[in-house]
Amino acid sequence: MAEQATAPAHQFDTPIQQYEASTLGMWVFLLTEIMFFGGMFLGYTVYRLLYPEAFAEGSHHLDVVLGGINTAVLIGSSLTMALAVHAAQMGERQQLIRFLAGTLGLGLVFLGIKAIEYAHKFEAHLVPGSRFVYEGPHAPQVQLFLSFYFGMTGMHALHMLIGIGLLSVLIRLAWHGRFSPDYHTPVEMIGLYWHFVDVVWIFLFPLLYLLGRH
Amino acid sequence: MAQHIVSRALYYRIFAALLMLTLLTVGVAYLDLGVLNTVIALTIATGKALLVVLFFMHVRYSSRLTWVVVSASVFWLLLLLVFTLSDYLTRSTLAGW
Repeated sequence: MAEQATAPAHQFDTPIQQYEASTLGMWVFLLTEIMFFGGMFLGYTVYRLLYPEAFAEGSHHLDVVLGGINTAVLIGSSLTMALAVHAAQMGERQQLIRFLAGTLGLGLVFLGIKAIEYAHKFEAHLVPGSRFVYEGPHAPQVQLFLSFYFGMTGMHALHMLIGIGLLSVLIRLAWHGRFSPDYHTPVEMIGLYWHFVDVVWIFLFPLLYLLGRH
Repeated sequence: MAQHIVSRALYYRIFAALLMLTLLTVGVAYLDLGVLNTVIALTIATGKALLVVLFFMHVRYSSRLTWVVVSASVFWLLLLLVFTLSDYLTRSTLAGW
């Protein structure tokens, strides 16, 4: 470990200062992400207040069982990500690779279940657009609800895909032994990103699937 | 490096708490509690988000500067939500003015 001790980049005095600068930068990026998703959550909330019955009706077309399983899968992937950071801090290379691969695997499971849900919507003609078929007085508003559903879960899935790409790079770097207890900032930063994507889903699940369920 | 290292046992406890809160929020969604349904769902979601942010994302052990940025982002999000909703939620009550 000692021979691998990484010197900080020349603009930093100490590795700790460099690490804290990275953390700050990552959080500023996450702030912009919070505002990005915040706008969609706000739009959803406003339309839900305008058309409460139609949105409750729309919620009934989502699959609570698959959504619930996906929530558990994503929480599990956050656990493996946190354990990967722990392994990096301890310098346990094998464990680090194992937990990163586990996180990536659970991310793929999440996207697979999401794809099944999307496929069901296509079969039921519930995808907004020219093929949308819906009987009932609230048809346009239900279509609006499903537009929010696809927009928000689609943006979330895109973030998952990016996270999976980042995890593959991390696994490669960990494989080549690039991380040590002294330097594993990329593992920590991508961990922050992964947990953030989890937090977005923590709000998406009750708002889209659960409200108006009873 | 002088980082705080969170024990594995704590990570497992947070994970268990998150799973239990998920089951709770699904269960409560099937009871008819009127407005309380939304309040409870959002309270549980906020609690789960707090657990993730404080422990998985290590904010509880982070520097003051990180605290400031995290609080500022939550504050900014609340500005967006509160000011817009204070408009939409009061339109019908103030319609006659």
